[in-house]
Amino acid sequence: MQNLTLLDGQKFQITLQRLCRQLIENHNDFSGSVIIGIQPRGIYLAKRIAEELRKILPGSKIQQGDLDITFYRDDFRRRESQLLPNQTKIDFIIEGKKVIMMDDVLWTGRTIRAAMDALQAFGRPDKIELLALVDRRYSRHIPVSADYVGIEVDSIASQKVVVSWKETDGEDRITLISEAK
Amino acid sequence: MAGLSTRHLLGIKDLNPADIQLIFETADTFKSVLNRPIKKVPSLRDVTIANIFFENSTRTRLSFELAERRLSADTINFAASSSSVSKGETLIDTVNNILAMKVDMVVMRHPYAGAGIFLSKHVKAQIVNAGDGAHEHPTQALLDAFSIREKLGDVAGKKVVIVGDILHSRVALSNILCLKQLGAEVMVCGPTTLIPKYISSLGVRVEHNLLKALNWCDVANMLRIQLERQDIKYFPSLREYTMLFGLNKQILDSLDKEIIVMHPGPINRGVEITSDVADSKQSIILDQVENGVAIRMAVLFLLAGQSPQ
Repeated sequence: MQNLTLLDGQKFQITLQRLCRQLIENHNDFSGSVIIGIQPRGIYLAKRIAEELRKILPGSKIQQGDLDITFYRDDFRRRESQLLPNQTKIDFIIEGKKVIMMDDVLWTGRTIRAAMDALQAFGRPDKIELLALVDRRYSRHIPVSADYVGIEVDSIASQKVVVSWKETDGEDRITLISEAK
Repeated sequence: MAGLSTRHLLGIKDLNPADIQLIFETADTFKSVLNRPIKKVPSLRDVTIANIFFENSTRTRLSFELAERRLSADTINFAASSSSVSKGETLIDTVNNILAMKVDMVVMRHPYAGAGIFLSKHVKAQIVNAGDGAHEHPTQALLDAFSIREKLGDVAGKKVVIVGDILHSRVALSNILCLKQLGAEVMVCGPTTLIPKYISSLGVRVEHNLLKALNWCDVANMLRIQLERQDIKYFPSLREYTMLFGLNKQILDSLDKEIIVMHPGPINRGVEITSDVADSKQSIILDQVENGVAIRMAVLFLLAGQSPQ
């Protein structure tokens, strides 16, 4: 196994900061916008971004929720291991709002398709946008693209991209893992 | 991630505490789905489920059917009274004919104990037992324990008394097995004739005085007297049963603590429980029904999600 660090330390922070500024550019004070992190790993990104936005925009109310997509996946009953659900926590109304969905890694795009389906159960948002911390380019199975991207990575299918978070893993880091030949 | 340890749900006996915990956690997420404006998820859209009921049922059948539809499964319903069973078809033939129509799962209620177990050994589909004779009714026990957990925070360490016809009750047996697995203390209470002789081997207490039982417990699960299963007279009269083992408001108010009252339904109002108790704020009878759909969704989802064998 070979690990290559793609982003960590101060550069990781700068990337998050840039994403926040880009969001503010489009969403002003977030009065008509909400943030949804996709379970299981997107919620850490969503929480961190919401936290940063609250620091930058002290007066405004940043709403952030967690969305579980297990029941909407297209590989249920088609995989060896059992799919188990996570918690969905959306304590606000998304009807008529601009929803920014967030996930740590955008790869095949299938998760995003499921997330858009899952979101329908909560109403009709005005607009859905996607923020991905890592975009694994040229690997899409579905025509999906992100509106905000942290870093772009060219990788092959056998490689894995893992995002670690200070809160749960001890440090902020994006790692590209390759199986040793 | 690990799923259930069993391919069928035939009884609580086949489950371990981790399975029950997994079913509860999954049911939690389905309960939140059921409180959304759109209560349906597409998970089981390529699954067909047959509900085969050889015995009457309102709640369980509706609850299963709703759970299946909320999961987007296709369903077919079969009631023995209006079928070829009355022409002499055997159980295996009946079910294999249904399976020939490409059915993936069977939810079955049957008057004979062990019918589900028998079927699971002879047909390919996954079987969910919706009650087999006086043997087990696993989803009822799961939803009862889930309701206790919801109301009291946890099942472990709680004291639950099951009152009534323990001898003929599949709800009682499944409840005892489930509650014991989750670490609750269980007592059964009823006339001597309706308490099986070796029930204490399941690790439950036996009490014949309702007031003593109620003073001991946190939760009272009042069972229906199943006259249809009683081949002989087990007690002199319903009136006497009601006087000795019926729960009324007066008894409930005389206790020094607020206990929770449960009933698996259908209620015989005025027999095992009076109307004012059934409709009181201590009763969680309708919560049980609500939780039943979430529990059944969880069971069907977890079973269907196992990789095809």
